Amino acid sequence: MEKQPLLTIRGLRIEGRSGDAWHEIVKGVDLTLHKGEVLGLIGESGAGKSTIGLAAMGFARDGCRISGGSILFDGIDLRAVPEAERRALRGKRIAYVAQSAAASFNPAHKLIDQYCEGPVVHGVMPREKAEADAVELYRRMRLPNPEEIGFRYPHQVSGGQLQRAMTAMAMSCRPDLIIFDEPTTALDVTTQIEVLAAIRDIVRQFGTAAIYITHDLAVVAQMADRIKVLLRGDEVEEADTRSMLTAPREEYTRSLWAVRSFARAEQPPATGTPVVSVRGVTAGYGAVDVLKDVSFDIHARRTVAVVGESGSGKSTAARVITGLLVPRKGEVLFNGKALPPNFKARSRAELRQCQMIYQMADTALNPKLRLRELIGRPAEMYLGLKGKALESRIRDLLALIELEPDTYIDRLPGELSGGQKQRIGIARALAAEPQLIICDEVTSALDQIVQEGILKLLDRLQSELNLAYMFITHDLATVKAIADEVVVMQQGVVVERGPKTELFGRPHEAYTDLLLSSVPEMDPDWLNRLLASRGEHA
Amino acid sequence: MQILLAVIIGLALFFAIGLASRATLRGLAPAHLVPTFRDMPLTASFGLAVILIYVVVSVLAPVLAPFGESEVMGAQYLPWAAPYHLGTDKLGRDMLTRLIYGARNTVGIAFATTALAFVVGTVLGIWAALVGGWLDQTLSRIVDALMAIPALIFSLLLLTIFGTSVLSLILVIAAVDATRVYRLARSVAQGIVVMDYIEAARLRGEGMWRLIRREILPNAMAPLVAEFGLRFCFVFLAISALSFLGLGIKPPTADWGSMVRENATLITFGDVTPLLPAGAIALLTVAVNFVVDWQLHRASGLKE
Amino acid sequence: MNDIWRMIGQRLLFGLLTLFVISVVIFGATELLPGDLARELLGQSATEETLAALRDQLGLNDPAPLRYWNWLTAALQGDFGVSMATKRPIADLVGARLGNTLFLALYAAALSVPISLTLGVLAALWRNSIFDRASNALALTAISIPEFFVAYILVLFLAQSGLFPSMVRITGSTTFGDQLYMSFLPALTLTLVVTAHMMRMTRAAIINLLANPYIEMARLKGMSPLRVVLRHAVPNALAPIINVVALNLAYLITGVVVVEVVFVYPGLGQLMVDAVTNRDIAVVQAIALIFASAYVLLNLIADVLSTISNPRLMHRS
Repeated sequence: MEKQPLLTIRGLRIEGRSGDAWHEIVKGVDLTLHKGEVLGLIGESGAGKSTIGLAAMGFARDGCRISGGSILFDGIDLRAVPEAERRALRGKRIAYVAQSAAASFNPAHKLIDQYCEGPVVHGVMPREKAEADAVELYRRMRLPNPEEIGFRYPHQVSGGQLQRAMTAMAMSCRPDLIIFDEPTTALDVTTQIEVLAAIRDIVRQFGTAAIYITHDLAVVAQMADRIKVLLRGDEVEEADTRSMLTAPREEYTRSLWAVRSFARAEQPPATGTPVVSVRGVTAGYGAVDVLKDVSFDIHARRTVAVVGESGSGKSTAARVITGLLVPRKGEVLFNGKALPPNFKARSRAELRQCQMIYQMADTALNPKLRLRELIGRPAEMYLGLKGKALESRIRDLLALIELEPDTYIDRLPGELSGGQKQRIGIARALAAEPQLIICDEVTSALDQIVQEGILKLLDRLQSELNLAYMFITHDLATVKAIADEVVVMQQGVVVERGPKTELFGRPHEAYTDLLLSSVPEMDPDWLNRLLASRGEHA
Repeated sequence: MQILLAVIIGLALFFAIGLASRATLRGLAPAHLVPTFRDMPLTASFGLAVILIYVVVSVLAPVLAPFGESEVMGAQYLPWAAPYHLGTDKLGRDMLTRLIYGARNTVGIAFATTALAFVVGTVLGIWAALVGGWLDQTLSRIVDALMAIPALIFSLLLLTIFGTSVLSLILVIAAVDATRVYRLARSVAQGIVVMDYIEAARLRGEGMWRLIRREILPNAMAPLVAEFGLRFCFVFLAISALSFLGLGIKPPTADWGSMVRENATLITFGDVTPLLPAGAIALLTVAVNFVVDWQLHRASGLKE
Repeated sequence: MNDIWRMIGQRLLFGLLTLFVISVVIFGATELLPGDLARELLGQSATEETLAALRDQLGLNDPAPLRYWNWLTAALQGDFGVSMATKRPIADLVGARLGNTLFLALYAAALSVPISLTLGVLAALWRNSIFDRASNALALTAISIPEFFVAYILVLFLAQSGLFPSMVRITGSTTFGDQLYMSFLPALTLTLVVTAHMMRMTRAAIINLLANPYIEMARLKGMSPLRVVLRHAVPNALAPIINVVALNLAYLITGVVVVEVVFVYPGLGQLMVDAVTNRDIAVVQAIALIFASAYVLLNLIADVLSTISNPRLMHRS
């Protein structure tokens, strides 16, 4: 205790407004951070981690207010001093790096103008010096063309580079503390590595203290000295990174760690006519081919995971199967029979066989319809159920997705949690009694524990109902959990496909290799090892 | 001094009506609406009360009015004294009577016109957004071209051609306004059509009518209702302006716009009587705008 | 940079096309006119020969496309034909009045644009303050009031006492200063109505932007509220603000009609109302074409300016 901590938060309470009532979203959290230390804040959505991060700057978003506790930054009580004094600290001594750099850079100004704004307005250095400094920091962040990149507008720079430019901007006044708010969440895995490495290096070089906020355990393991786990505005536990990973004390923490352990039993190779067979499909919008000669099969009771980063064409493949996009070349066979390429030309029986579950349950369910109608409509349409029969079918479906029928049947989607909404999406697909269900990133908008529930449900339903799944995802952890076969796509081309065990087990195509090795692992040394093996300095 | 007094009386009335109406609404509202009315700003409760008064007056016009709509009572421009509490007009008709009948005529015609414009514009707009392709292109290009002519100028042109009867007035204004409603309905529907639940319904094989009725309309209601209020104001002001110009509702039908025009000379003598019908127009539009503003504010979730 | 010129070229072409369509609509409107134009002009007592002669003279026997072509080419050279009511060339009637109307519109614009933009930015800066609420309620009220009501109120308070004239007479010998003084009340009427609209829309455009993450970022960089609005919000709100200004200037053009009638202002609006009353279709057509062209032109300028103000379009990656 001989050293004065940089940041001391005691009994922090923050309230959020919903309608005209205030309720607590942060319920008395303590936090201590020393100079040059990196603290990881981890938790699921609604844990209050971003809110706490902003409170460390004495800032509360519109509709939130700090209602209790103390925030002491280097001896300054941030709650007691006037706003002007807090403003003088922000950007100068405490900086912030936001989740989406693309949205957080002002589209109207060049990067370097935005870099220089802080140092010049805070009176840290004059404009010319700040410009030279920017180039130096861009170089340290390993941005290409550090002399020129600052003179571009945000829309001219890629997402990964913007995130590094934003970190450079946060460094512009050499702050004592930086808040990183999920800085790599919006990036593809292969890009994430570069950004993580750059952030870690620069924080170490300048000895800056940091609060690193994320929901991804494997990421925080690489970045933080200590980890604090949060749940619904309360602290669960705090420990240094290694002991937290190896020996978590609390039940909740262990459950977070355990999510990634779910794995589906290995299946024998599939035989017979596939439910769906995509044959040599080339398709796209306008003159651009998004898919180039794509082929793969999906068998009954099997899950085929289609994996790739954004822009790989995996969702487009789903649109071709459903008939929303007519391919230029190739065809889609269903049980060995060619399907009409346009869904409008398909019969009801054909439409019924292939159902879809969407990524965003919020936009996939009509917010003005009750669950009774949402789930009941396909059953009514395709199976001709009416009255009592329909009612009991809706109740069966609700029971099937583990929601109590009496409680939920007359609710609106807005009255459900994210995981429950996704279950309704599943029930709606099941109501049609299909052979194939296309799952488009169905778990990526959900918290890890909820994800696991959905994956287990899907797995159970598959064996009970003989379903074939096409599982579109960018998340390789999910693939490991649920897939039987994997199709790897890159820029519209199938790079590699085969059984999961084979693909994860042997040496493979360069891109598959890159993709697989980029998935963070829950080992604090993983990033070091990876960078070393790729020949970059650690 | 007079001005100051008028402003004070006006403000006092505003607060009195606003507070009274808010209290009444809170007392009478069903349980689930109580919070809605509790948060309501004074402007909105004032607006609701005023709209209600106008509706009552226009429905009960023959009962409330002391004399017949176009009955000539006596000398022209009589001062404010019983039995002609607001004096008489240029032809010696009772001002108060004509004001009351004006509520029925002017508001009624504006309402009918707005409703017509709305039905046509909404149906076409949603249809265009849903079907897309050449239908959307054709309709939208036609609407673009029509909207490139300023509304009042276009109305004047059409009125020259079709003459200035009440029916042609309704049809002309409705046609001009339907283009604006079409634009809004189309853009609202376009925002909904891209939702995954519409894609899901299409892939299910749902027909056009069900898509509009069950999937799109329920989600488009909030902005459309607010737009109805705004459109009503525009239509109401446009009809009043045309009547004022002598091109709208014709005498002897009592109408606020033409009442201002007929008696305007009095203003230069410092008599405020001709401003009463103009004030009646303004009060209703202010009231509707206050209510719409409140609704839009609520819908956007931008709470203070 | 080539892209942007191509884009502006496209807009210009589209503007021309719109003008063409408008001229067809305006001309086509005459075709819908029930009855016979010649008989309308000469009255019921006219003989068949005189009617035939007039039809020949007006070219009424030609096919519609030919008549449209003749009308358009003449109009482009400033010849709009002859007024049926006054038998004078329309160009003579329109000439001086066009100048007066433009003067009034510019006068009102010069007053209202700076006032409303300032007020709009301030209301956005101090949103939800007393200033914001009061100005919002006032603006809402001003929007809701018919122009003639505003005009007469001004007459009642400012002209009754003899401060300003309630009627405008402009002759060849009127000096610029006199014209400013005499047109003050009509210009003020227009200003009040348009300012309210513009202020509200400016405020809304800026507040819309304040929800963006880059605004939060600017606040977290320790920038003052004024700097956040002026430096971070306004540059991104340029396109909507330009459109707001254009929309309202276009509104001024039509707003003058009512105001001109109240103040007996010798402008195009007054002329148009008279022409509509007399069903003098050639005059109505001519003025409608002028108003519509001005309207299209304004929108075109706004379109081009807001394209240029968008860095995403100006600086392609």
